[in-house]
Amino acid sequence: MTPVYREAEAALAARIAEAAASNRKFEIRGGGAHRIWGRSVEGEPLETAALSGISLYEPGEMTLVAGAGTPLREVEAALAARGQRLGFEPPDWRALLGTQGEPTLGGIFICGIAGPRRLRAGSARDHALGLRFVDGQGRVHRAGGRVMKNVTGLDMTRLLCGSHGTLGLVTEVALKTAPIPEAMAGLVLRGLSDAAAEAAMAAALGSPYEVSGAAHLPQSRETHLRIEGFAKLLPERAADLVRLLKPHGAAEILSCAEAGAVWREIAEVRPFVGKPGAVWRISLKPAHGPILAEEARALGGEVFYDWGGGLLWALIPEGEFEDDEAGASVLRGALARLGGGHATLLRGSEALRRRVPPFQPLAPGLEALTQRLRRAFDPQGIFNPGRMGA
Amino acid sequence: MEQPTPDAAVLARRDEILAGLRRILPPQAVVSDEESLRAYECDALTAYRQIPLAVALPGSAAEAAALMRYCAEEDVPVTPRGAGTSLTGGALPGADCVMIGMARLNQVLKIDPQSRVARVQAGATNLSVSRAAAPEGLFYAPDPSSQLACSIGGNVAMNSGGAHCLKYGVTLNNLLGATLVTPEGEILEIGGEHMDAPGLDLLGAVCGSEGLLGLVTEAILRLTPMPEGARPVLIGFDSAAAAGACVAAIIEAGVVPVALEFMDRPCIVACEAFAKPNYPDCEALLIVEAEGSEAEIQEQLARIEAVAARFQPVALRVSASEAESAAIWAGRKAAFGAMGAMGDYICLDGVTPLSRLAEILTAIAAISERYGLRVSNVFHAGDGNLHPLIVFDANKPGDLEKAEACGAEILKLCVEMDGCLTGEHGVGVEKRELMSAQFAPHELELQMAVKSAFDPEWRMNPGKVFPLAAVRAYREAAE
Repeated sequence: MTPVYREAEAALAARIAEAAASNRKFEIRGGGAHRIWGRSVEGEPLETAALSGISLYEPGEMTLVAGAGTPLREVEAALAARGQRLGFEPPDWRALLGTQGEPTLGGIFICGIAGPRRLRAGSARDHALGLRFVDGQGRVHRAGGRVMKNVTGLDMTRLLCGSHGTLGLVTEVALKTAPIPEAMAGLVLRGLSDAAAEAAMAAALGSPYEVSGAAHLPQSRETHLRIEGFAKLLPERAADLVRLLKPHGAAEILSCAEAGAVWREIAEVRPFVGKPGAVWRISLKPAHGPILAEEARALGGEVFYDWGGGLLWALIPEGEFEDDEAGASVLRGALARLGGGHATLLRGSEALRRRVPPFQPLAPGLEALTQRLRRAFDPQGIFNPGRMGA
Repeated sequence: MEQPTPDAAVLARRDEILAGLRRILPPQAVVSDEESLRAYECDALTAYRQIPLAVALPGSAAEAAALMRYCAEEDVPVTPRGAGTSLTGGALPGADCVMIGMARLNQVLKIDPQSRVARVQAGATNLSVSRAAAPEGLFYAPDPSSQLACSIGGNVAMNSGGAHCLKYGVTLNNLLGATLVTPEGEILEIGGEHMDAPGLDLLGAVCGSEGLLGLVTEAILRLTPMPEGARPVLIGFDSAAAAGACVAAIIEAGVVPVALEFMDRPCIVACEAFAKPNYPDCEALLIVEAEGSEAEIQEQLARIEAVAARFQPVALRVSASEAESAAIWAGRKAAFGAMGAMGDYICLDGVTPLSRLAEILTAIAAISERYGLRVSNVFHAGDGNLHPLIVFDANKPGDLEKAEACGAEILKLCVEMDGCLTGEHGVGVEKRELMSAQFAPHELELQMAVKSAFDPEWRMNPGKVFPLAAVRAYREAAE
């Protein structure tokens, strides 16, 4: 059956083809929930709202296909009705970012967003089976497909995921769904230093208990762990984990409701909501987390850890001076010294986002390759020009 | 099947090129005599053979980069080779190609239990990673059936899967970083020991690119904690349709087993004759494996049994011991050997949505009958990745061509049914010309533009993935 949004796709493709011929530029707009990410774009709005609707959902195949403009809420409701969910736990960052719009399915994939479960289940890109997109010449492409395994041809799906709309207009996403486990339980260790928390999280994640969340909140000195599974077996597994963690401290077991609230707070970056300052999302080797945290604190900032310490959230005051960069050089410099990782400015004032590259600058060879790829997809550079930098 | 015409100018300069390679590498690392080159003339797709111009075996990323720079300066095409286990001719060289082999780059460099990460040279075998990680209670999850021999570089090139990818994902999902030597000889570090590389997902583009974009010399892999235990259940059905429906029902019940294997009657019969696993006499059987603690295994298997009961199984055997588990797996693991005992075979790798499993199996049976060739099916059912094995006689003139035509028809049917040509083996040489059945000309063109962004001169692994005529047209238009 042809999805209802195919006509809208054709209309958008025609508009893009026309724009390419007349040197117009576009800003791709989904719901606007993540619009302040990256640099502001000057261009005609290209709205995805009409690309809405779920065109296929087969729970027994763990497969869902929907238009890129479909509200995430609608997708999650359809999945929940059949006991499933998006395995990568896309978080709602609207409170953090101060945005109002409705997160859309396309936005989640195009921004490459994932929540706490990313450490076990992977990110949005790991759950994309295929896409439809319009290239910079207005041609509609199918990438990947709707089956679980597909290595036919070059992987265009991965290139589009996380491209922030700079390669093409994604019109449809086929994704892998996951069953919702019967029950969830939380564990909390109290009073640990950053380094001790890192060690405790590593011990938990190295165990066979399938820990699906590991975060450390230095403000309250709470180290949280999450497990999911069969309701009647979860208490036993929690007890196993408590035993395993004994060398790190006495872990307390949280109820499902308590744990649910904690993990929502972590996913939504609640510790920084309502506080002024620039928000950095730093992806790094867990062992390097405490070192970066010290750098952030020296800048007058605060941090917390997710992904077992592989993700460091940092809130750094934005200064009033013209050359203020909210710690960009310090944080990125520290990562370079440590030999890996990257820092993304997720939230910052318009002026800061102009001064500082919101996305970590790439090594010259990778940057050159990126530019060549952009030209392959979008020769005239009509999609979201400048969003990701150069 | 047509192969790209070798460049006569390169062939004429062979001695000069060999001398150039010997300036970069120690003498024993350049293979040039015909007898030794024979070992490199094909991979596991043995129907196609070609001796390369020379084989160069770098011992470091720096040597690999120097080789690539040299080949760029001399305008010599390059074919990378891991362990040569590709089933699709991914490592088939051209007569004018310098083959860059990864055999000397075979070390697991580092296992970091704290971050659960391994740093591995591209020539290391898949299994060697899991072996090196085992003392830490970790393993590398993607497990293609060639894991004893196949290399990590080859796994990255083909985005290899395996029996356990329903739960743990394929190579793509377990790859954190790669060292890529560009066709110009520049060394690029993509990703690292952290999650999510910045910028466009170049790692995702390189993974599964079949050696078309550059040479991967090193990979950073995610390691997974070993489960406490695992046990299978074997379920027999009186129709393939019932088995297929049971697979979907198991998944829909919220149980995602770690492995879900399907065998049809011809395969069961062949395995029975070959390995005597004492499988039930039935039309189709599933082997479903659960893992976790003993209590979790019991719970999962009980739920799987309850679901299976709805599909009137003719047999249901839950393993209660290591020995019983081994017995259940024995037939499945012998499947390829069993088919090999019946003759030469082509192993296909098409994918269909699970909901169309019964339909495609019926169609495959009809096609095989029409061709008068024996086809049996054994595959990873959870993800719809079919592996029809077409048995033929390589000594009978025309039989290979007949088997290939039969295979092409089956794969085209997979595409028509909303599936794809290849789930985990790659396109290689084998399915190159079928790409037009799955992609429209402009879709292939954009993929070729991506190839050009990485390899503007098209020196990497010629003759793979894209139909030759499409490549010629694209390159002429670009000039």
